[in-house]
Amino acid sequence: MKNFFATPLSEEDFKKRNFCFETWIGNCFYAWDCGVAIGKYLEGLKNGKIIGVKCPKCERIMVPPRIFCEWCFVLIEDFVELKDTGRINTFSISYISWDVKKLEKPQIPAVIEIDGASPGYGILHLISEVDPKEVKIGMRVKAVWKEEKEREGKITDIKYFKPY
Amino acid sequence: MGRRVAIVGAGMTKFVRRAKETGKELAFYAAKAALDSCGAKLKDIDAVVLGSAPDTFDGVHMKGEYLSCGAGAFGKPYLRCFVGGGTGVFAVAVGWYYIASGIFDTCLVVCEEKMSSYQPHPQGAFLTIFDHTTERPLGPNLLWIFALEMQRYMQTYGIKKEEIALVAVKNKKNALDHPAAQLAAEITVEDVLNSEVLCYPVQRLDVSPVSDGACAIVMTNEYLARRFTDKPVWVSGVGWCLDTAYWTNRDLAYPRYVEEAARMAYKMAGIRDPRREIDVAEPYDPFDYKELHHLEGLMLCGRGEAPQLLVDGKTQRDGELPVCPSGGLLGVGNPIAAAGLMKVIEIFWQLRGEAGKRQIAKKAKRGVAQAWGDLMQVGTVVVLEI
Repeated sequence: MKNFFATPLSEEDFKKRNFCFETWIGNCFYAWDCGVAIGKYLEGLKNGKIIGVKCPKCERIMVPPRIFCEWCFVLIEDFVELKDTGRINTFSISYISWDVKKLEKPQIPAVIEIDGASPGYGILHLISEVDPKEVKIGMRVKAVWKEEKEREGKITDIKYFKPY
Repeated sequence: MGRRVAIVGAGMTKFVRRAKETGKELAFYAAKAALDSCGAKLKDIDAVVLGSAPDTFDGVHMKGEYLSCGAGAFGKPYLRCFVGGGTGVFAVAVGWYYIASGIFDTCLVVCEEKMSSYQPHPQGAFLTIFDHTTERPLGPNLLWIFALEMQRYMQTYGIKKEEIALVAVKNKKNALDHPAAQLAAEITVEDVLNSEVLCYPVQRLDVSPVSDGACAIVMTNEYLARRFTDKPVWVSGVGWCLDTAYWTNRDLAYPRYVEEAARMAYKMAGIRDPRREIDVAEPYDPFDYKELHHLEGLMLCGRGEAPQLLVDGKTQRDGELPVCPSGGLLGVGNPIAAAGLMKVIEIFWQLRGEAGKRQIAKKAKRGVAQAWGDLMQVGTVVVLEI
């Protein structure tokens, strides 16, 4: 057998069905249990609060919360309320969707270090109410919450973060 | 550290956007080419290791079993390993401990990926790597994590996009000499900077393509190596390490997990000063900035210093430390698990002086290949020498 063999097909071959292929659309439906730590986190979000945890041994304050410290490997039972403000650790301006289609309005995902957590401890969320050109690493941001009656214990109970 | 382990043969398919061949067929082409390259028959092989990425791409559950016959595993001890993008180099580490431990005398390592099956775009298969409760409801796409990491890396060390773009220019050009290459091209820094912005700062030409392809190697011990070849290449060190999956809690500017994996491999290989003792490197480059990020993690330069090596031309094929002489994932292509093994095979060919037009100028005695993956958290490293 020689090296570097394979038969390339073009996008046109595929679209025009120049070769045979079979298709299938999978229909998967999942319901994920929230778990102990994320359960508290979601309950907090429903009440307009960001909840973290504090390790009894190394005293790191972490978010998202977890019931174990992966460094000390001890049980964590100390849930602490953090602020709903923070600082942008890093961000991007996304012009495409997951299937590489152009977005009409770009999204600004960011890692946001939450005030009250140990330095460097952030969560993934979106930034809005700002000109994308103005977004900077280190920028102070604050959560914009959904109306209380609309909140349902999901990460999207925070609509986005905005500069303040 | 157990028996000495050698790579004695290597084979690979062409990397293409969409192959007519199935995954099984690609695995067969690569495995057979590897066996033929060293005059081995399937009966000479004691065990088979397969590396392949998520089943989601193929829509085939238990993909390892599905691919087994094409990978030459019929009636043999067989294991599929998977650490995301790090798989291609990790599979070599698995093959290494099969042989070093003395359990098996010979082993065939096959890495296959067929990403094109997933519709409408294989990127969708990556959505499920994000946390289902705390991240996925935000509507992420795979490029987010790379863009976030690239931005943090650039900001921390004051690196310019013009410098990073030079990686894409170099690798796509190197790939012009690789017979398996999918995206070889002569491009300029301006082309990269003017290409479509996908997720700022990531642009179209910063990214490796979606690919189908397969690679394979034959491994054996010090007693049998010369039955297969006059020029065995020794696996003198292997290492791997996993960082936390809470990736928003990590220092995104520096891949500490790559450093830990490299320290493990270097220690095994007796390397004290990697900058002086490594002649050629194939760090993982699914994005152009990752080559630089990983060179730093491999301790082949200081933190934030990789762009300068590139600007000075030191990482070209005729430089002091040739980096990705193959053309890397950016140029040759990125069929995930196969891409990592392609890097190991490139070092194998470079050390044997069989890289053809890609042969580096200096006489190389020792090289390192590295891959990276999972949720940006695993580092896998292999040191080869002749």
